[in-house]
Amino acid sequence: MALPKLAVYKFASCDGCQLSILDVEDHLLDIASVVHIANFPEASREVVEGPYDLTLVEGSITTPHDAERIHEIRRQSKHLVTIGACATAGGIQALRNWKDTDLFASIVYAHPEYLDTLHTSTPVKNHVEVNFELRGCPVDKMALVEVVAAFVQGRRPNIPEYSVCVECKRKGTSCVMVSNGTPCLGPVTQAGCGALCPSYNRGCYGCFGPMESPNTEMLAAAWQGLGVTHRGLVDAFRGFNAYAEPFRIASDHHEALAVAGGE
Amino acid sequence: MTSDVRKIDVDYLARVEGEGEMHVKVVDGKIEDVQFGIFEPPRFYEAFMEGRPFSEAPDITARICGICPVAYQMSSVHAMEYAFGTSVTGQLRSLRRLLYCGEWIESHVLHMFLLHAPDFLGYESAVHMAADHKDVVELGLRLKKAGNAIVTVVGGREIHPINVKVGGFYRVPTKKELETLVPELEWARDAAMDTIRLVSGFTFPKVEQDFEFVSLSHPLEYPFNEGRIVSNKGLDIAVSEWNDFFLEEHVERSNALHSRIRERGAYHVGPLARYALNFEKLTPAARDIALEVGLNPVELNPFKSIIVRGVETLYAIEEALRIIDQYEEPASPAVELNIHAGVGHGASEAPRGMLYHRYELASNGRILKAQIVPPTAQNQLTIEDDLMVVLEDSLELPDDELTWLLEQSIRNYDPCISCATHFLNLKVERINTK
Repeated sequence: MALPKLAVYKFASCDGCQLSILDVEDHLLDIASVVHIANFPEASREVVEGPYDLTLVEGSITTPHDAERIHEIRRQSKHLVTIGACATAGGIQALRNWKDTDLFASIVYAHPEYLDTLHTSTPVKNHVEVNFELRGCPVDKMALVEVVAAFVQGRRPNIPEYSVCVECKRKGTSCVMVSNGTPCLGPVTQAGCGALCPSYNRGCYGCFGPMESPNTEMLAAAWQGLGVTHRGLVDAFRGFNAYAEPFRIASDHHEALAVAGGE
Repeated sequence: MTSDVRKIDVDYLARVEGEGEMHVKVVDGKIEDVQFGIFEPPRFYEAFMEGRPFSEAPDITARICGICPVAYQMSSVHAMEYAFGTSVTGQLRSLRRLLYCGEWIESHVLHMFLLHAPDFLGYESAVHMAADHKDVVELGLRLKKAGNAIVTVVGGREIHPINVKVGGFYRVPTKKELETLVPELEWARDAAMDTIRLVSGFTFPKVEQDFEFVSLSHPLEYPFNEGRIVSNKGLDIAVSEWNDFFLEEHVERSNALHSRIRERGAYHVGPLARYALNFEKLTPAARDIALEVGLNPVELNPFKSIIVRGVETLYAIEEALRIIDQYEEPASPAVELNIHAGVGHGASEAPRGMLYHRYELASNGRILKAQIVPPTAQNQLTIEDDLMVVLEDSLELPDDELTWLLEQSIRNYDPCISCATHFLNLKVERINTK
C-alpha cells in the first residue's frame, strides 16, 4: 500500500516550525518510513504532485499572492494542519494590523512601490478551512510528531488545551508570580512548552497563545498589583500571538486605558 | 535569422531556508543577465520594533530566523549593552560563546548533511540519500543533536531559546548540567573529524573568485560575539562604524536590501570569510585537519565551504568542551543595567555570516529606531557573481544538470532567505538568435 503523502508549505514565517521536523533527529527517518515526504522544499528537491493526504502549513497570509496560494493548497489537501503561531494567529508580523503598513514599508525600504504586500497578517483559518491547529512559537517538536502519528493512525492529536500553570504544578516549579513577583502570562496561555520560562526564573511570554476561555482581566489586575502599567500590559498581550482574539481584545482594552490615563 | 529560445523553470530552490528566485538569460551562448531575487513577504521587523521595550529585542528578533535565533539574540543584546555602556564578562561571556557553539554545530551540520551533501552525492534529499548511505545520515543527525543539546541546556530550547536577556541570562546552568553534555561532545569531536574527511572527498567544481572576505576579528579567539570588522582588502573598523563603510540598497528584484562596501561593491560573509581571516585562531586540531584535507589557509572555492563548515564544527565542539571544563557558576545570572537614551551597535557571527544590529533608544529604554543587516542580504551580490562564474564554465551542460549546479552554487552560502526573504523561482532562459 502506498504511504500517505505529506506536504509542507511556508508562508510569512521564520522557518522554525518546519525546521522542527528536521530537528527530530531520533525519529526523522522513522517519520520518512510511515509517510511519503512528497513536497517539502526545505528538505528535498523532489516534488511529487498532489493531492496530499496531510499538509502542514507554516506562516501567515501577508500578500495578495499568498491569499490565493492558500486556496490552491487547500484544494490539494485532504487534511490541512497549521503549525505555529504565524499560521495559527498571524505571528509577530501581525503587529502591522494595528499600524499603517505603508508607513512601515517606508521605514524599512527605500522603494516601497517595489513591494506587494497586504495591510494585514492573518492566520490561515481566516482564509480556508483548517483541520487542526498546532500552537507554539515555535511548535514543540514532539507535538509535531504526535500530529503526524495521530494522522497516520486516524485519530485526533492528543494535545493539551489547559494553561501553562498546570505544567508548572506538574513539574513542581514554584509560581514565579507568587514567589518572586514576576509577571507571568502562564495563567492565560495554553500549555505545550513544558512551562519552560518559569523553570528558568522567567515569566511566561505567551508563545502558545491564549488557552481556552482565558481570564485576561483577572490576570491584568494581578499584573497591575505587581506595578505593571496599562502600556506594559499592551506589550505583553501584543506579542507572538497578538492577533489571537482574547489577546487582541485585552491589548486593545488596555491601550485605550493607557491613552485615557496619559501613559 | 531563426530565433531559438530555451527556458528552464524551477519554481522553488529546494534545501535552503526560505524562498527566492533566480533568473538567468543566455543569448547566443553569451550570458546576458543573472539575477538572484528574493521575494519573502516583508515582515517589517525594523518598523514594528519601534516603541517596544529594549528588553524584548532578543526574543522578537530571534523570530526573524528559526535556524539562527541565537545569532539574532546575541547581536541584539550586544547592541543594547553598548547603548547602556556596559559589557558582559567572565563566565557569563563564556556561556554566550557556549550557546553560540551549539548553534554553529546544529546549523552547520544541518546544512552539511541534510541540505548540501545530497548535491555532491546526487540525491534529491537526505532522506533519499539515507537509502544508500544510512550511516552517513545517521552520523549527521547525531552530530546535529549534540549541538542542539547545548542550545537546549543553556538556552531552554533549540529554536527560539528563552534564557537570553540583555545583561546575561535569566538563569545560569549548574556545572553538573553542563557536564552532562561532555560525553556526547567527546564523541562529536571524532565524528566531526570523520565528517571533514568525508566531505573533503567530494568532487568540487573548479571555481574560484577574488572575494573580499569580511568578518569579525578578535585578538584572542575565533570570532563569535565581539571584535573589529575586517576584510582581506584592508577594511579594519569598529562595529559602530558600520554605516560609514557599508551601504544597503533596495533593488526591485528583492525584498531584501542589498549590501555593498561603499565605493567597492560586493563582499562575502560566512564560514569561508571567517576561516580566511581567522585561521590562526582555530584550535591546533582544526588547523591541522584543514591542511591535511587540502584546504588552503585562504580558500577561494565557494563549493569547498562544506569542508570549512566541518572545520568550524570541530572548532565549536572543542571550544564548547573548553568552556564547560573551565566553567564555574557565576554569582549572578546577569549584570545590572543603567537604562538611558542612546545608540547601540552589535555584530556577531551567525553560522552563515556576520549579522549587524543598530538601535536608537529613548530615555525609558523604548526603541526609537532599529536596523538589522542579515548575512544573506550581504551575500546576495556575491552569490550573483558566483552564478556568473559557474555559468561561464558550464554552459555546455544540459538544462537539468546546469540547473542543479546553479542551485548548488546558491546553497554554498547556506542562504537563510527568511532572514532576508521567500519564493525561489529558478529560471534559465536561453535565447539563440542564429
